[in-house]
Amino acid sequence: MTSTTESEHHADRRVQLVDRVVIRFAGDSGDGIQVTGDQFTTESAIFGNDLSTLPNFPAEIRAPAGTLAGVSAFQVHISDHDILTPGDAPNVLVAMNPAALRANVGDLPVGGTAVVNSDAFDERALEKAGYGSNPLTDGSLKGFRVYEVPMTSLTLEACKPSGAKARDAERSKNFFALGLVAWLYQRPTAVTENWIAKRYGKNPVVVEANTLAFRAGYHFGETAELFESVYEVPAAQHEPGTYTNITGNTAVAWGLLAAAELGKVPLFLGSYPITPASDILHELSKHKNFGVRTLQAEDEIAGVGAALGAAFGGALGVTTTSGPGVDLKAETIGLAVSLELPLLIVDIQRGGPSTGLPTKTEQADLLHAMFGRHGEAPVPIVAAKTPSHCFDAAIEAVRIALKYRTPVFLLSDGYLANGSEPWKVPSVSDLPDISTTFAPAADGEQPFLPYARDPETLARPWALPGTPGLEHRIGGLEKADRTGEVSYDPVNHEKMVHLRAARIAGIAKDIPAVEVDDPSGEARVLLLGWGSTYGAIAAATRRVRADGRRVAHVHLVHLNPFPANLGEVVRRYDRVIVPEGNLGQLTRLVRADFLVDARALTKVQGTPFTVTEIEQAVSDALAELDEPAGQAEEESR
Amino acid sequence: MTEVAVPVTTRKDWASDQDVRWCPGCGDYSILAAVQFLLPELGVRRESTVFVSGIGCAARFPYYMNTYGMHSIHGRAPAIATGLAISRPDLDVWVISGDGDALSIGGNHLIHALRRNVNLTILLFNNQIYGLTKGQYSPTSEVGKVTKSTPFGSLDTPFNPVSLALGAEASFVARTHDMDRKHMQEMFRRAHDHRGAALVEVYQNCNVFNDGAFEAVTGRASREEMVIPLEHGQPIRFGADGHRGLIMNDRGQLEIAEVADVGEDAILVHDETREDPGLAFALSRIATGPHQPTPMGVFRAVERPDYGSLVDSQLLEAQARKGAGDLQSLLRSGTSWTVG
Repeated sequence: MTSTTESEHHADRRVQLVDRVVIRFAGDSGDGIQVTGDQFTTESAIFGNDLSTLPNFPAEIRAPAGTLAGVSAFQVHISDHDILTPGDAPNVLVAMNPAALRANVGDLPVGGTAVVNSDAFDERALEKAGYGSNPLTDGSLKGFRVYEVPMTSLTLEACKPSGAKARDAERSKNFFALGLVAWLYQRPTAVTENWIAKRYGKNPVVVEANTLAFRAGYHFGETAELFESVYEVPAAQHEPGTYTNITGNTAVAWGLLAAAELGKVPLFLGSYPITPASDILHELSKHKNFGVRTLQAEDEIAGVGAALGAAFGGALGVTTTSGPGVDLKAETIGLAVSLELPLLIVDIQRGGPSTGLPTKTEQADLLHAMFGRHGEAPVPIVAAKTPSHCFDAAIEAVRIALKYRTPVFLLSDGYLANGSEPWKVPSVSDLPDISTTFAPAADGEQPFLPYARDPETLARPWALPGTPGLEHRIGGLEKADRTGEVSYDPVNHEKMVHLRAARIAGIAKDIPAVEVDDPSGEARVLLLGWGSTYGAIAAATRRVRADGRRVAHVHLVHLNPFPANLGEVVRRYDRVIVPEGNLGQLTRLVRADFLVDARALTKVQGTPFTVTEIEQAVSDALAELDEPAGQAEEESR
Repeated sequence: MTEVAVPVTTRKDWASDQDVRWCPGCGDYSILAAVQFLLPELGVRRESTVFVSGIGCAARFPYYMNTYGMHSIHGRAPAIATGLAISRPDLDVWVISGDGDALSIGGNHLIHALRRNVNLTILLFNNQIYGLTKGQYSPTSEVGKVTKSTPFGSLDTPFNPVSLALGAEASFVARTHDMDRKHMQEMFRRAHDHRGAALVEVYQNCNVFNDGAFEAVTGRASREEMVIPLEHGQPIRFGADGHRGLIMNDRGQLEIAEVADVGEDAILVHDETREDPGLAFALSRIATGPHQPTPMGVFRAVERPDYGSLVDSQLLEAQARKGAGDLQSLLRSGTSWTVG
């Protein structure tokens, strides 16, 4: 819960200290809401808060202005302590127009604060948003603290000295809102002013207008006496180090650059633009000075095909996509299974089936990654659990691909991709060596055996074209053991199917055992999660324990193969709850593999789990197990 | 690394130990022989030569070559080869494909490899039929083709592979046929030596499912009157003693004329290096199918930077401008702050 303490502000205004706050900015998709949210996030990060963000925007680039379909939002959770989620519900909603208010006010708890741009509440805008009457006057917002601020007119007035035309000046109103909220939460202003100067430096009028609007918003808060208090969210205690705020997609891109360096292989990205994965292609394309070759292919199939071709030549071949792209790549991934070459498929999951919800998050591609190919075609799966963890997960996925000569799936999702959190920048010298070896040249006297295997890993040699004496042919037809020649022999086929399966299953020996978060060791309920549910599950776990009850948490990063001890762990608990953003995909795998009565807690609303939803599921399970609140010993957070 | 002379090789050095499993009498044998005879003459190394194929009868080709090779999946060879050629500019990458593989399921990849001008030598074995799936019509089959899947005749207008390649901005396009090994070798040599994407359409007889499809043009008896040889800088003439030739008529269209009727000066002189592909396209339309006099040879050969070189020069440019990538600085390149 949010705790507050009060003190006197120097301008006769109360300063309330709060330990955390959740703010949601909402407006038209053309209003610059994502920029506003990003900037508030940066201010807070530099101030030293812990934070977590949740952008939420429509699939349409510019849906008709003022409509519910066009509302874009950005939620940021800042705190003075370690937090794990962007917050279940906003404490403060900043609504730039009636549609933004209408689309978001339902999430605002009673007593919450709404700051609205009152200039936008004219009859036409109300009608477009589907309001029969003006919510600012009809009493429907009773129960909220509503601050009406004429942001548009104040912005226009403030921007006059810049010489910006009224239409352009009006576009600065998001910076007015940002200034106002920056004042309300006592954020440092220099960060944003410097950013505006840098970002819009090519256009001095825009720099001037945005800066004036930002300052006007800040000063409005100070002088208007509308707000009875300002709030302070003190800096969080972070361990010493250099931090940066990072999104999941940037972390994947940087993780790939790091993995190529650590693996001592050139990076090749074959990709086709798709939401929400395109930013990885964009980011990697910026860094050609690292020697990364990026190909925007003609389609998803060519993207993965080119990556596989590059892998045959000794590159770290990577393709980045989302669900619909994975559908198209399936055949090539199957070929990579047969060729036994390293390949990384990054799937930034989104709502499906088909085009589904392109900009909304979901975790429903797990079984697709697991089984989405014809024949027996096992592929290892690694899943990132937080935005910054995408960096480590990318390196781990590449490690497995290089070492075991196999395609590997890296699963992220829209929530991780666009969400951000502070990340302690690692020292490159602390990152693992994941380099591999290539087959050495031969004199050609002995026939080269492209499918002879390393007895430990069962991986075959990576023999690069250009190496004398290793000329060989590989392909999608079944190959004879060791020689790699085409073979239709039934016994050989069975042997090869088993060898491919054993090679992937054997990776279990090479990944860490699952860590069980169960401080007392006496919990009866286990929350088993994977991927982006990490934050909500961990936060729910804290809440349950703060309430004096017990629950354990295991979070899987490796989904195929499972860590070797997983079966033993899940069998220890009376109840295994699997929260996942699908209809129970991990649940099925766990039930099938371990014959335990794992139960899915599902959510497919295009949004992440709230902490409350998971806490409730644990409470229900505990009640069923006859373990009501207060029975277990108090545990510290 | 010091340059070591390319070892002298013979055809046998380039043949793998695998039994060739095409149907006896298949045109693919003579294409394979042409390639295996040619490679020792090209001054290239076995280890630096890669054959990439898709699916189909032609796609078995890499198994028979003692080089690196990949028999991939249907239609995707140009995409896979693109990744290999871009990331390994030191390699000689060949793509072996057929009319179904290259023009039907893989049409998209073919046109994009051509327009990008990826450094690939693409041999398109055109037999106007699906052989490996036992005789369905293909995207180059003539209209009305009766096959198992079209018992009442096919309805689809066929592609002309040369026209398609020219339309896709190909910098090198040629045609040859499986009955003339010398001509094949010459076309393959030219294609190989071309920097960028080179496509050679090879009329190839499928003696099981579409026997004699090209006989009217490529048969020994008919060849002289039915093959229009394209030779750079030479008047386009064919037939006994070159009695026929190509002229451009009053309507700006190419047509076949008797040289005696129009005079030698009226005969079009072939120029494969024309920047404008219009005339090459017109040449490709002279025959509506392999039953009319058909041009063989290089339709177009123009210089254009190949894609891999452009990619590499961007890398070098980026390094010159920003310095070699430094991972640690990258990780700190965002807005960062220090605690403690």
